[in-house]
Amino acid sequence: MKDGKCACEENVSESELFERLDKVLLDYHDKPGGLIPILQYAQAIFGYLPENVLKYISTKLNKSYSEVAGVVSFYSFFSTHPRGKYLIRVCLGTACYVRGGKEILDAVKKELKIDVGETTQDRLFSLEVGRCFGACGLAPVMLVNENVHRRAKPSKIAEILSAYKGGTGDEQ
Amino acid sequence: MPKLTINEMPVEVEEGTTILQAAKKIEINIPTLCYIQNFDPIGACRVCLVEVEGMRDPVASCSTPAAEGMKVHTNSQNARAARKMVVELLLSEHQGECQLCDRNEDCELQRLARDLGLKMIRYEGEKSRRIVDESTPALVRDSAKCIGCRRCVTACNQVQGIGSLFPQCRGFKTYIGPAFGNPLNSVTCVQCGQCAAICPVGAISEKDQIDDVWRVLDDPSKFVIVQTAPAIRAALGECFDYKPGTIVTGKMVTALRKIGFDAVFDTNFAADLTIIEEGTELLTRLKKLLVDKDKDVALPMFTSCSPGWINYAEAFFPDILPNLSTCKSPQQMFGAIAKTYYAEKIGRKPEDIVVVSVMPCTAKKYEAQRPEMFSSGYQDVDIVLTTRELGRMIRQAGLEFDQLEDGVMDSPLGVSSGAADIFGNTGGVMEAALRTVYEIVTGQEFPFPKLHVTPIAGLEGVKEASVKIETTVPEWAFLKGVEVKVAVAHGLGNAKKLIEKIQAGKAVYHFIEVMCCPGGCIGGGGQPRQTNDEVRTARISALYREDEGKKLRKSHENPDIKKLYEEFLKKPLGEKSHQLLHTHYHAKEKV
Repeated sequence: MKDGKCACEENVSESELFERLDKVLLDYHDKPGGLIPILQYAQAIFGYLPENVLKYISTKLNKSYSEVAGVVSFYSFFSTHPRGKYLIRVCLGTACYVRGGKEILDAVKKELKIDVGETTQDRLFSLEVGRCFGACGLAPVMLVNENVHRRAKPSKIAEILSAYKGGTGDEQ
Repeated sequence: MPKLTINEMPVEVEEGTTILQAAKKIEINIPTLCYIQNFDPIGACRVCLVEVEGMRDPVASCSTPAAEGMKVHTNSQNARAARKMVVELLLSEHQGECQLCDRNEDCELQRLARDLGLKMIRYEGEKSRRIVDESTPALVRDSAKCIGCRRCVTACNQVQGIGSLFPQCRGFKTYIGPAFGNPLNSVTCVQCGQCAAICPVGAISEKDQIDDVWRVLDDPSKFVIVQTAPAIRAALGECFDYKPGTIVTGKMVTALRKIGFDAVFDTNFAADLTIIEEGTELLTRLKKLLVDKDKDVALPMFTSCSPGWINYAEAFFPDILPNLSTCKSPQQMFGAIAKTYYAEKIGRKPEDIVVVSVMPCTAKKYEAQRPEMFSSGYQDVDIVLTTRELGRMIRQAGLEFDQLEDGVMDSPLGVSSGAADIFGNTGGVMEAALRTVYEIVTGQEFPFPKLHVTPIAGLEGVKEASVKIETTVPEWAFLKGVEVKVAVAHGLGNAKKLIEKIQAGKAVYHFIEVMCCPGGCIGGGGQPRQTNDEVRTARISALYREDEGKKLRKSHENPDIKKLYEEFLKKPLGEKSHQLLHTHYHAKEKV
């Protein structure tokens, strides 16, 4: 993302992250419909959308905190809790659902012992549900960060996840 | 100009007119729920569905433009079935508990179910999740009763420009409220109650304090007095099916006496007192500017009677706090005088006196418990009821309101001028102040026909006027030739526009009246539901009639106010006044 380098890869101070956010705000504050891209960048910069960041954005855009929160809570893409190093998003859109997306989700839950919206204790994985990634031909689809796992099978989940644990997940 | 038929009746309307408006034109009523006057329809509730020939599904008449040749049926089998289904679905998740709800028999959803002839609810399923929010002194919100119509969102965001309420989450989990479902006190809320006033059901209401009043009335050691704001007398009748704009002052006084209050007084008395203090304060500020050449004097001066407006200024415009009059609101002046001057007069200890106010306002509940409002050594005003609560209390007391004789307020805190009556409507405080300030300065009769400053009356959002001082009495000679410029705004959205205009240097005024609620206090958050522009206009003209019917029309002529100064306060802005009648403000963080 343009101004949205993720903080988790580097040791960056909070004030530096806010400087990055300020650049985004400068680009978008007077654009109609600018709130959603600002929130997307902010989530990329901070890893999630903490309260102080959302309040900062609402002040800068002269919108109420309730309005900003309303947009954040509408979209499942946004998270107000810190996420793990790997964000797993299992698609439950129509095509993925009929081809076993639910079973994939159950397998991930069982393997990581977390529910949707939660993060593992070691901060390695977070689990979310997606509502279609536009890859219906590859259903069922599971995303781990930017990696697409196509035609996923419940029996393969443990193997896929252990590769991420071992640091070789991105090579799959 | 599209021509169409509705229920076979031809009608021609202007381009852009909705089916709902077209139907209204030929007196066909279509039920609505989320629709509000003066705002774009959002089509959220689907209660206004009608059948249009050639269209597959029924359409929402509030948001569908009338088109050439359209054949609309509002009462066909399909239209009625569709509307019934919508209300049935709303009721299937609504946890109304009608018999226990303060909206019982005053609920738009209940009325719709009755009018549509709903006999059963066929759908059993999950109910709306219940979060009861009692975090503010003024309001209670119950999400299980909310039907998601978003009227409160419009009132809070578009009318008042606050934005504490907004839809959160999505789908069945949608929740109308502050950020992330947190309580109302976690965000900036001015507690104006416009959300409660516009809610069609019992999802947002004032915090009911009727039982607190019964408790003190039952306590023989307490001397319980009541004050009623000017706007109550023009609206209380609506709780008993009187037409909006019926003045019921006399019946209200009798009802209060029968309920058991030891003395029935009038906030109007304190409104007259406010005019003396505020008028003197304005003149003092003008003197500082014109005689002492003090460039830092805070002008324009803003009125400070409206607690919702004060809350707004503290959070949204902290820069202008020095410009707010330091005068407390009439409610609080009354409380402070009651527990000092009056307590002394009747030989009671202030701790034994309980001051109850009846206000058109929910923010007054908040104001009464502000830490600055303990000048008598005790909480100056103990309990605040809204007009709606008084209506319910009169029913609880078993009184037949329409059968009551007219009573008269007690003395000495019950005598008031017509200028005090119009404190309840937009433009009224300004007019009352001008009547007094003009006469103090010029020694001449206020030169407006019927004493009304018409440019600042009415429902225009921002209004202005000016008064030229041609001659003066010697004391105020420095004002000779000065044109006093005033402005009036009601509704916080309008107040914001006015302040921004001043801050941009596009307008200069000496004195500005702001009332938080549209129409002024007569349209307050605690008034009988529903308030629209017709109701506002009716209540406003009622207050002007009340004013015109009085011999005493000017605050400075009120004999009991004169006596109060002679016996107790000595002079306006004097030491006692400072201690009891004036206050200060604090900037607050805006969330």
